Amino acid sequence: MTTDPKTPAPEDPAKMAEFDTRLARDETIEPKDWMPEKYRKQLTRMMSQHAHSEVVGMLPEGNWITRAPSLRRKMVLLAKVQDEGGHGLYIYCGAETLGIDRAELIDQYLYGTAKYSSIFNYPTLAWADIGVIGWLVDGAAIVNQTMLARASYGPYARAMIRICKEENFHKRQGYELCATLARGTPAQRAMVQDAVNRWWWPSLMMFGPHDGDSPNSGDLLKWKVKLKSNDDLRQRFVNLTVPQAKAIEITLPDPDLRYDEASGNWLIGPIDWAEFKQVISGNGPCNHERLAARRAAHEEGRWVREAAAAYAAKRSEPAGQAA
Amino acid sequence: MATTDTSASEWPLWEVFTQPPGGKPHEHAGSVHAPDAEIALQNARDVYTRRGEAVSIWVVPSVLISASAPGDAGPWFDPGNDKPYRHPQFYKTPRGVKVF
Repeated sequence: MTTDPKTPAPEDPAKMAEFDTRLARDETIEPKDWMPEKYRKQLTRMMSQHAHSEVVGMLPEGNWITRAPSLRRKMVLLAKVQDEGGHGLYIYCGAETLGIDRAELIDQYLYGTAKYSSIFNYPTLAWADIGVIGWLVDGAAIVNQTMLARASYGPYARAMIRICKEENFHKRQGYELCATLARGTPAQRAMVQDAVNRWWWPSLMMFGPHDGDSPNSGDLLKWKVKLKSNDDLRQRFVNLTVPQAKAIEITLPDPDLRYDEASGNWLIGPIDWAEFKQVISGNGPCNHERLAARRAAHEEGRWVREAAAAYAAKRSEPAGQAA
Repeated sequence: MATTDTSASEWPLWEVFTQPPGGKPHEHAGSVHAPDAEIALQNARDVYTRRGEAVSIWVVPSVLISASAPGDAGPWFDPGNDKPYRHPQFYKTPRGVKVF
């Protein structure tokens, strides 16, 4: 979606100038407002990817609902997975205000070229993974979404505010789970350390390529959809997470990780971008499984959608008109 | 539009308004797709009130909402913007009167 073969028609300079002035005044852009076609396209791409990510994010965690070790953990996990579905729906609803149909969004996701966050293509091999996802993956998402709650597009920002309010529970429950296992038996400790070793680097990749290599960042920053760069957000996440790992005596799998007195930052070693590219281009450990599961859920739910539509049509008949 | 599944797109869009506890007015929460008002209400409850956020929900077919045009926002709202005498701060109170 980022490379349009047709050259888009040039925007009206007067409207463009007014749009830039509104952004400079930190006004929000609302659905019926004039916006440049590229702004609309970039937002549609970004919001739909975000919505798909929330929905596909239900799968790695849903994998453990039946095997949660206590009723408390099972209730928590159920509520969290339900939230992820809800978050997808908030963002789909926001994306639709850009003029794209929900069915078209779903279609691009299930049968087309739409992407979702690379993180959800990794498997949840052990129970500790559920804790680590809440702590690291949701922790990274919060850093990103807190920024997006001030995005220039009103419906996106409002969906993010709603999501941020709910997401803190996701991180807390995950960190609590990790802390509990870290204080547990040697086997439990080893399980959580192994999960951190596997999820740490993919969590850092969630922020996207380095600023110099990010194809969409320039436009998104210019238009105040994003207010901070990928590297700034990644650094914030690292600075937040290092002390949390220390507090539960878990190590992060980076021999180069060191504190830099001058900047006050925890500096990380090099990220394996070859792995990132493999995963986003469809060759991650679970890409096929995730899409197959989503397609099956969609297909198997078809009869419910058809039945509900038939029922609504039948009930509206005596009145002689549809709602 | 190359949709493989037409059943989803046939469901109309409904705007959802939720009223928080404590006598506050209904506020726009978002939207849901549903074949009828009853299912729209159920979907709205599941999507927008998972944490006791509401004591009441309204759903309205999106196509039935009439909205002011953003392009005309300036002149449209102008009559309310140029009357500072509608605000108490417009008026001076005599020196010495602290509580009014």
